[in-house]
Amino acid sequence: MSSNLLTLLPELILTVAAVLVMLLEPVLAAGVSRKPLGWLAILGSVGSGAAALYQLHVVNAIGAITGFYGTIQVDAFSVFFHLLIASIVATTLLSSLDYFQPSQMSHAGEYFALVLFGAAGMMFMTSSVELLMVFIGLEISSISTYILAGFRKGRATASEAGIKYFLLGSFATAFFLYGIALCFGATGSTAIAAISAGLVVTKTPLFGWLAVGMVLIGLGFKVSAAPFHVWTPDVYQGAPAPVVGLMSTAPKAAAFAVLLRFLFDAAPMYRSHWAPLIAIMAVASMTIGNLGALVQSDAKRLLAYSSIAHAGYLLVAFTATEHLAVSAACFYTAAYAAMNVGAFVVLTQLSGFDEKLRTIDDLTGLALRRPVLSAFFAFFLVSLIGIPFTGGFFGKFYVFSAAVHSGYTWLAIVGLANSGLACFYYLRLLTSLYARPVSDTVGDTPASHRLTFPAALALTATAAATLFLGILPGRVLNLTQRATPATAAQINLQR
Amino acid sequence: MNFDPIILTLILATPLAGAILLALIPERQDPSTSTEQTGSKRHAIGALIVTLLTLLLTLHLPAQFNYHAARHTFQFQENLPWISSPAIHYHLGVDGLSMWLIVLAGLLAPIGVLASWNVIRSRTRLFYTLFLLQQVAMLGIFVALDLFLYYGFWELSLVPMTLLIATFGRTENRRRAAIKFFLYAFIPSAILLVAILWLYNLTGTFDLPTLQALAGAHHIAASPAALLLCSIAFLVAFAVKVPIFPLHGWLQDAVSEAPTAAVMVLAGKLGLYSILRFSFGIFPDQSRHVAPLLIALGAIGIVYGSLIALIKSDLKKLASFATLAHVSFVVLGIFTFTVLGLDGGIFQILNESLIGAAFFILLGLLYERYGTYDMRDYGGLGARHPWMATMFVVTSLAAVGLPMLNGFVGEFLILSGTMQSIVAHHILWTTMGATGVIFGAGYMLWMIQRIFYGSPGVRTEEVQGWDLCPREHLELWPMAALFLIMGVASPLWMRAIDLYGAATAGASAPSSAASSELTLPHIPPAMISPNAAVASNRNSDPLTIAHQEVR
Repeated sequence: MSSNLLTLLPELILTVAAVLVMLLEPVLAAGVSRKPLGWLAILGSVGSGAAALYQLHVVNAIGAITGFYGTIQVDAFSVFFHLLIASIVATTLLSSLDYFQPSQMSHAGEYFALVLFGAAGMMFMTSSVELLMVFIGLEISSISTYILAGFRKGRATASEAGIKYFLLGSFATAFFLYGIALCFGATGSTAIAAISAGLVVTKTPLFGWLAVGMVLIGLGFKVSAAPFHVWTPDVYQGAPAPVVGLMSTAPKAAAFAVLLRFLFDAAPMYRSHWAPLIAIMAVASMTIGNLGALVQSDAKRLLAYSSIAHAGYLLVAFTATEHLAVSAACFYTAAYAAMNVGAFVVLTQLSGFDEKLRTIDDLTGLALRRPVLSAFFAFFLVSLIGIPFTGGFFGKFYVFSAAVHSGYTWLAIVGLANSGLACFYYLRLLTSLYARPVSDTVGDTPASHRLTFPAALALTATAAATLFLGILPGRVLNLTQRATPATAAQINLQR
Repeated sequence: MNFDPIILTLILATPLAGAILLALIPERQDPSTSTEQTGSKRHAIGALIVTLLTLLLTLHLPAQFNYHAARHTFQFQENLPWISSPAIHYHLGVDGLSMWLIVLAGLLAPIGVLASWNVIRSRTRLFYTLFLLQQVAMLGIFVALDLFLYYGFWELSLVPMTLLIATFGRTENRRRAAIKFFLYAFIPSAILLVAILWLYNLTGTFDLPTLQALAGAHHIAASPAALLLCSIAFLVAFAVKVPIFPLHGWLQDAVSEAPTAAVMVLAGKLGLYSILRFSFGIFPDQSRHVAPLLIALGAIGIVYGSLIALIKSDLKKLASFATLAHVSFVVLGIFTFTVLGLDGGIFQILNESLIGAAFFILLGLLYERYGTYDMRDYGGLGARHPWMATMFVVTSLAAVGLPMLNGFVGEFLILSGTMQSIVAHHILWTTMGATGVIFGAGYMLWMIQRIFYGSPGVRTEEVQGWDLCPREHLELWPMAALFLIMGVASPLWMRAIDLYGAATAGASAPSSAASSELTLPHIPPAMISPNAAVASNRNSDPLTIAHQEVR
């Protein structure tokens, strides 16, 4: 197989599957269940995961491979994110198979295609080592998620979510583009390796600083870090629950990957400039996210603020030295993806397309009616709090130990005090699940309603992943510790 | 077959397997309404079997413990690498401090199941699963010798307890009480995690024996101020869980809400054990540095708790403040850093847990019969429930420290430890502590008088209760017997505890002993050097003479 083709194999499989879904969608008569298309999409995402594993096999054998004139690079770092994104997408698709009833939604096939296209864009972001290519990936993933956010057509909150996300998102993308332009101005290149070499000798360091700032703003929006977080609660509230599970994890993971590559490979010499900025963003995100979540009554809004706070915890890792930062950040991304996708799978199963169960009060007494779903939900919440023997705990552990190791003890104290604050609202949700008496909305749902097979599979997979990351983090950690993008950048430089 | 190398894993795995098993057994469904049938006993029976099995396993420890170890070492150790980077080990071990606490936890579990037998009628699966998980976390805290592993169990213990309070709490206030409990414990624990990470960053190990050796040799390379801050982070996290005055804000709500089986393990031993193991173990000098403050807080806690208990008419609230007073007694004892104080303190942890458990069970029995915790509604029950009255009186006498019963041994040792301590040179604190004994007798006996004597109360007139049933006898008799045995044969326990107490008191930095010699010329030299104090006490103190006779 040509090495060019190999570098893009997972993205190609996703795209082919998405195109097939698009082609088959009009063939099916209106009112017919779109489940077969969903299964096709799941097959595509599993296939791309398998392709990523094959890439890992090759990378293990011959080291990082590059393609398309050195703009795409497959290394342990990108393979890690490919696998992560493929798993998130597969889980999301599994949980949304029963979400779209033919009576409520006539073009559910579009949904599956859009998810796949978005995932292809995200994967593309993580394997590009050329900023313009990154930008293309960012646009592909963003446009898909803009549409997905407003997918529950005809509802005011859905339209609000779509438009808000689109407007603010395009604005942020523009910032990112400005950053690339300034990089080019300062160094004459948009390739990460060349930027890193150029920034050392550049005659206009101001451009370089501005570029780093612009990229931070653009990606800060994508990962919903404060102060670029304002869109998050409204969008999460209006978007369909499975989409929120997807967009709170996969695009963020991709954006964090780009941020890691950019900061540590392209602009390591400006570390003293951007590390304080990152620390400020981290403190602001954690504090604003947690304080904001305290007063929420809508479960999705609450989880939106919680995702802002988690972006803050993740940013703490960036203050560490490269090796520690990358492995801690990668691990945290994976742990957060497992538990947050899991939580949204539960919400998807509970509320359905109509989202009948919205507020915390609506969920009161759920454990009496749906003990299994409640136990899963409780487990994910416990992991989000960061209780030991769950993935969430080890994520926090690695992030904060990286910070302590690099002399940012104060940041670790702020972060862990914040996680203490956070447990207040998670507990509000958690205790309401197990409280009495049963709320009217829970009472209306039939007790006999059982989990469908795909949903049960998705739940088991996410819970198992969360538990696995919490008990045997070593396996994943080995991969993340190998996943240092720098090695790759050096290879590029030597060419 | 030799169980020694895996016994601690077995002790942890049994309740864990039990919890998983119980979670998988469905509740019996009522066919007509397809909701859960109340009063099903299958989960209670399962939990009882699992906890009895665990108790049996814990009894292996005192049977096989080496009481003649030349110096303080951990026994039954298991040490397997768990995570390579950071270096986290699955390291378990037991010494004289933790051994009896493990047996105690093992004993309280089946009693707790029996105490919940009829009280928990619905959602039994959830209750007993959480109860067993709580048991795993608690046993894990006692056996973990890796700081990280310990921290895991420490945090894990919060979740089942919070859910137990939130789900099975008595009044509408339960969710608030649960969240309060969790926040109080979790926030200092988060700071504790930073301290643990900082320590790891400095020493490169989470292993407790290694850290202890490093600290003992003053090989932890950090400024004294930083080490002191770190030790305070440890201490505060533990003090909240004890609770030590003034960090007791969560106790009253949690005690009033939690079901009996959960209350029994709520306060006291986890926090006190952690102080003894980790604060004293890793920060011997820093702990001695803050000891005067802690002794003062202990003494204040005794008086404060007792005084509030005197004026409370709600039995659960009275009990929560009595608990505060009792755990403060232990704090007073252990922070003297004398052999007597430490031994007495550890022995008193056992006493306090047993007495507290018996007391909460008795309160639960009253509530089961009369549906109120308000003392004013009771009266004249002595004639109607002679057995219950007897048990109440026995428990109260043990609590107030009647000679021959276990409370006396602990209190006596603690107070004599305080008197000869080089840290607690202020006689005021000892005096304050001793007044606690008087107040304690006051509120306990007054409570008995109001419940069991006098004219019948409002509630007791309306409702016809019943005396102890066989199951309740089964809960209370083992504890009553232990009060007496521990009171007259304390050396059985002391010979293990003393291994820890002597080592910890002996680990005192020589410089501090020398400086106190300068400031305290009136104390005989034999009392100042802790090692010499051991020798002199062995000859003078009747209790330690009794120890030696048993040996």
